[in-house]
Amino acid sequence: MTERDPCERCEELLQGYLDRELVQAEVDEAERHLNGCIYCRRRYRFEATLRRYIRTTASERMPEGLKDKLAELRGLPGA
Amino acid sequence: MGGAEPESDGRRIATTARDRVRFEEEALELADQVYRVARRLVGSREEAEDLVQETYARAFRSWRSYTPGTNLRAWLLRILTNLNIDRGRRVQRSPDFQPLEEGDYYLANKVAAAEGEQALDQERVVERLSQDGIVHALADVPHDFRDVVVLVDIGEFSYAEAAQILDIPMGTVMSRLHRGRRILKQNLAEETLS
Repeated sequence: MTERDPCERCEELLQGYLDRELVQAEVDEAERHLNGCIYCRRRYRFEATLRRYIRTTASERMPEGLKDKLAELRGLPGA
Repeated sequence: MGGAEPESDGRRIATTARDRVRFEEEALELADQVYRVARRLVGSREEAEDLVQETYARAFRSWRSYTPGTNLRAWLLRILTNLNIDRGRRVQRSPDFQPLEEGDYYLANKVAAAEGEQALDQERVVERLSQDGIVHALADVPHDFRDVVVLVDIGEFSYAEAAQILDIPMGTVMSRLHRGRRILKQNLAEETLS
């Protein structure tokens, strides 16, 4: 087997790492690389910040009054 | 259960009523979280409100099919995404015809090229992406991909929960999420850096 480019491998693992969906061996692999590679570490920080930013800016509160409208739907006859 | 007194009808009805009220209260507490996902799945606030109301109407009617102790938020979102698809979202551009998107580091590399590597260390960079820019970039991601991105990135569902909600295999969740996020980053780069 040929040795893969470690930064390419890190790019491949990074989204799953941020999602906390990697198995432990992959987490270790990603962290080992991130600890030693400033290029990927910067991209990791960027991705983490971007993710947080998207979550807060694209997330809109429920409009005033909607909850009351939903509450009025309680007790509807069963299907 | 042998030897136990058969439950009286009156008591059973009272228990059922109590279960139902508890279900309704728990569902209502999740309304804001359900709305936040709904809002990014459809084009307008009005549509999102309608969709959430239809979802709750259906949920309250079929509350008996919910198993207490399981994930109610995922259960509600499953109703919601099904309703949203039933509402005429069937016509889709085939994912096969999507342009080939760039790598996961695409946006970061663009920012680094424009502002220097150190720029990636600063929170300021993403603040250049306006709220409207992000909302538009997300809205322009094709439905199949966007559903998964919204569930995971806005709704904070796990891959397994997203698979359950959309009734697709986990591998499909992962590939759609992967491509969806790449398309989102491409859209963001076009909106903000060009």
